[in-house]
Amino acid sequence: MSEVAIKAEGLTKQYFIGSRQRQHDTVRDLLADVLATPFRRAANLLRGRATGAADLDRSIFALKDVSFEVARGEVLGIIGRNGAGKSTLLKILSRITEPTAGHAEIHGRIGSLLEVGTGFHPELTGRENIYLNGAILGMSRTDLDRQFDEIVGFAEVDEFIDTPVKHYSSGMYLRLAFAVAAHLEPETLLVDEVLAVGDVKFQRKCIGKMEDVANEGRTVLFVSHNLGSIRQLCDTCILLHGGRIRARGTPDEVIRRYVTAGAQSSNADVTPDRTSQRSGTGEGRIGRCSVLNAAGVNDSCLGIGEPFRLRLEISLSAGKDPIVAGFEVKQMDGLQVLNLRSDGQGISFELDGASERHVIEIEVPGLPLYPGTYAIEPWFAFKNGRRIDHLHEALTVSFEPRGHFESERMIQSGRGVVLVDCQWQLEKTETT
Amino acid sequence: MTTTSRIAGAESARRVTHIRPTRGWVALDLRELWEYRELLYFLTWRDIKVRYKQTVLGAAWAIIQPFFTMVVFSIFFGKLAKVPSDGLPYPIFAYAALVPWTFFANGLSQSSNSLVGSQNLIKKIYFPRLAIPIATTLSGGVDFVLAFVVLLGMMLYYGIVPTANVVWLPLLAALTLVTSLAVGLWLSAMNVQFRDVRYTIPFLSQFWLFATPIAYPSSLLPEPWSTVYGINPMVGVVEGFRWALLGTETAPGRMVLISSLAAVGLLIGGAYYFRRMEKTFADVV
Repeated sequence: MSEVAIKAEGLTKQYFIGSRQRQHDTVRDLLADVLATPFRRAANLLRGRATGAADLDRSIFALKDVSFEVARGEVLGIIGRNGAGKSTLLKILSRITEPTAGHAEIHGRIGSLLEVGTGFHPELTGRENIYLNGAILGMSRTDLDRQFDEIVGFAEVDEFIDTPVKHYSSGMYLRLAFAVAAHLEPETLLVDEVLAVGDVKFQRKCIGKMEDVANEGRTVLFVSHNLGSIRQLCDTCILLHGGRIRARGTPDEVIRRYVTAGAQSSNADVTPDRTSQRSGTGEGRIGRCSVLNAAGVNDSCLGIGEPFRLRLEISLSAGKDPIVAGFEVKQMDGLQVLNLRSDGQGISFELDGASERHVIEIEVPGLPLYPGTYAIEPWFAFKNGRRIDHLHEALTVSFEPRGHFESERMIQSGRGVVLVDCQWQLEKTETT
Repeated sequence: MTTTSRIAGAESARRVTHIRPTRGWVALDLRELWEYRELLYFLTWRDIKVRYKQTVLGAAWAIIQPFFTMVVFSIFFGKLAKVPSDGLPYPIFAYAALVPWTFFANGLSQSSNSLVGSQNLIKKIYFPRLAIPIATTLSGGVDFVLAFVVLLGMMLYYGIVPTANVVWLPLLAALTLVTSLAVGLWLSAMNVQFRDVRYTIPFLSQFWLFATPIAYPSSLLPEPWSTVYGINPMVGVVEGFRWALLGTETAPGRMVLISSLAAVGLLIGGAYYFRRMEKTFADVV
């Protein structure tokens, strides 16, 4: 077990985002710049530099100084919220993109599955796509010839193997795509969340196949939001947060840390800047937004079923129509749990004096959600449905059992969304 | 970008892949490309297979394009403008040039867009990116063969027997391929960064068409200019095709030599430029 399969040292990936705002004092400056830009870019191009980077001044670290080792035969799970750097890490290790700094070495043949069905062509038949996709994934033709029947059998598409895949149902398509991928036999396999394909029965089969792979003594790096399969498949687990390794250990430890200690990464009082992820017409903006607990204090850690308040500062630059407000609650894997909106209860707001700041306060009764970390995305819209501003993953809060429920048992028991207090009784009945 | 070395282990040769940032020019690493030859084969095969899917006329398009250009040229340049044709019937004079030209022009435009068109692959899986424009260019070979068969038919019709120089034809075809690929490598790598390239291509190939002696013979130019003209690699290709197949008087030896040098230079430069830009593809495309 001591033999190293993957060794990463200080892997860092920096992306340049956002464009520089150039100041133009005069029209002449502006014209000069417009004329000079193509030449500046062309010069960069010839120097072999990504010209985008030259024009962008804001950068983010998708990955920052990540070091770890994976022993041969180890199955390592990688978890973390969206944007934590999981996919970037896999992309670097599978050589799709280069690190900005750092070094990694991988022993043995690598195969990567960041997506199933990469390179599938709708006009080609199932048979042709198996060979094409296999070649793209790095399988040799002799391997494919040998495994062809097995792949077809696994995908359950025997009758349609000579039909162009554009006529396949989406389920058949995904099954075929997964089947090819599942028969990849490298010594080291990098997998990104590809298990959730097909119907429940096929998903079970996929997990089973992954278990086989894991048990065959191959080294696997497995990125997933599905904590259940991480627990089931992995020997060890890494928690990434903000591009750094936050925790490493057994899956149970790391998952517990991720789920219950969400508070550390939560954010219950934000004033989003211009570059935050948002959508909408832009006729107005959500400013500061915060979550207040029952005591009226800003808090990112809420008890399950305990009421809280959501405060939104909004401003509207145009329009006099009444507005409606709302918020979505999402699990960290993106599953939307709630979308609560004022017009759902027949309520809309008239804002007098546009451009004035207003505050909307929403009293939320206790949410009966599973313990864990959730994102709250506030939005507001005109009454006719035109969405003015929507902040994506604006706030993150964690819901904690706080004595009502036994958190250990529940987290262990797998997935769920809603949690309610029940009365449990045992009665003895007379047998006749 | 990455270096791969084999360590002779006790049981089997194990490969170690090193991943680290690169700066500046990178080696071509043709050995790795060779290791991925099966992928190259399948990508080419895919491009050929899907090329005329869901078209009514199918592979006939490979012939229609050069053939009708020939008809138009024959009417306007041959009949009306009375452009000389080195003593050959104008239609076959033009068509012999249009066969390699069409291969070049289609290869140019398709390979230039090939990387952008394969962004789902580039973002999801690693393989030597050179395989994409190479496969696209190679897949045009089928069209070339079909159009060439029509050329043979026309030679039969006009009763033209090829000279012994026809043995040079495979090399001339290779020169066409090299030229097309060379330009394709430059443009496809640039297109990832600058979608301007996409708008340049129709203009570029039109310009290039008239800068190549397709509708007219290069013998219109006096020496030494007709030799210098060979810097445009397609000049050597086109004059070479006519000489090898139709037996034009002027042996274009020097011209073809210059064209070959230009094409190889362009190819090597293109390949290095491509490799240099390659690391940015997945992030930028």
